[in-house]
Amino acid sequence: MIPVLGLMVGIVLGLVVSPEVPSWLQPYLPIAVIAALDAVFGAARASLEGIFNDRIFVISFLSNVVVAALIVFLGNQLGVGAQLSTGVVVVLGLRIFSNVAAIRRHLLGA
Amino acid sequence: MADDPEPAPPDPAPPDQSPPTGRPGRRLSRLRRRPLPSREEARRRLRAFGRFHPTRGQLVAALLTASLGVALVAQARVTEEAGLQQLRETELVALLDDVTTRAQELGVEVAQLEDDRSRLLGAEGDEAAREAARQRLQSYQILAGTVPVEGPGITVLVQDEGGVITQTMLLDGIQELRDAGAEAIQVGTVRVVASSYVGTGEQGEVLLDGQALSTPYTITAVGDAHTLAGAMAIPGGFSDSLRGAGADVTVVEADTVLIDALHEPSEPRYAQPVPPTQAP
Repeated sequence: MIPVLGLMVGIVLGLVVSPEVPSWLQPYLPIAVIAALDAVFGAARASLEGIFNDRIFVISFLSNVVVAALIVFLGNQLGVGAQLSTGVVVVLGLRIFSNVAAIRRHLLGA
Repeated sequence: MADDPEPAPPDPAPPDQSPPTGRPGRRLSRLRRRPLPSREEARRRLRAFGRFHPTRGQLVAALLTASLGVALVAQARVTEEAGLQQLRETELVALLDDVTTRAQELGVEVAQLEDDRSRLLGAEGDEAAREAARQRLQSYQILAGTVPVEGPGITVLVQDEGGVITQTMLLDGIQELRDAGAEAIQVGTVRVVASSYVGTGEQGEVLLDGQALSTPYTITAVGDAHTLAGAMAIPGGFSDSLRGAGADVTVVEADTVLIDALHEPSEPRYAQPVPPTQAP
């Protein structure tokens, strides 16, 4: 419950404050957001299965973000930033979809 | 979408929130150890999740999701106002090409429109009208004899010691010069214009515009010199009749003759121009 509230508070805060994204962060933020969303959906699924653990959530959240940023950084250094970013987005999107499918099955049985 | 039935981690301490993919054999063992939650179970957990039980971990997780929310909105904002710095080099080059081509097209269009505009504003027509008016004024001035003129033409020197010239002879001479295309004529010190008249004085002397011709006098005409000289040499014409009467006539063609006698135009007392609106 509290993490969900936190998400809402964060969105409202972002809308109200509309923070400036520093330029050094701009290449990494989109992928990092997708990775964090993946962690959040994974956490939602885990909580429905009764295995939610906030320590694991925090670690997976942070590691997802860091790894995503690292991949983008590496891709940019190797000159394949665009392709690598696309690949990461595809993979994370697949995971998000599978997690949502699991959540749907748990809640609706379908 | 990827139907991942893998529901639960095998250990009491779950390894990850998002289930890892494993080999099928391990999956099966996991499935056996921890079956899928039933729907009631899941919903109960959802309701339990709705309850408020703050722990340190929950708060940290909330902090993370809050930062996610902020980042989400910020990124959406950035994308919304995505500027050129978001684009890659090839895209920028393509964009630059597009813009350059467009600018060239627009430049051509601008030039054309400015051309049209100046034409419509009549800068050109104005200039032409001014030029035409200037030329018209010039020809009127020449016709009216208010300006000195020079150009190719002839000079006719008349030595008429006996005073044999008559009104008719002079009039014929002027008419012949006009016939031959003389654009300006001067007889003696008198500029011959449209209103010039030839008369006879009390002592029988020939008057031009009221001025007596005193020998010797010259007749100067501007026009095609050869044609004018030919007109003067017509048998029975001006030169012929004067010579027959005993005067001495010399015709000289010249590349440049000067007519410096001026006619003083007088304000018309009776004639009024018809207003242009009533003109046909």
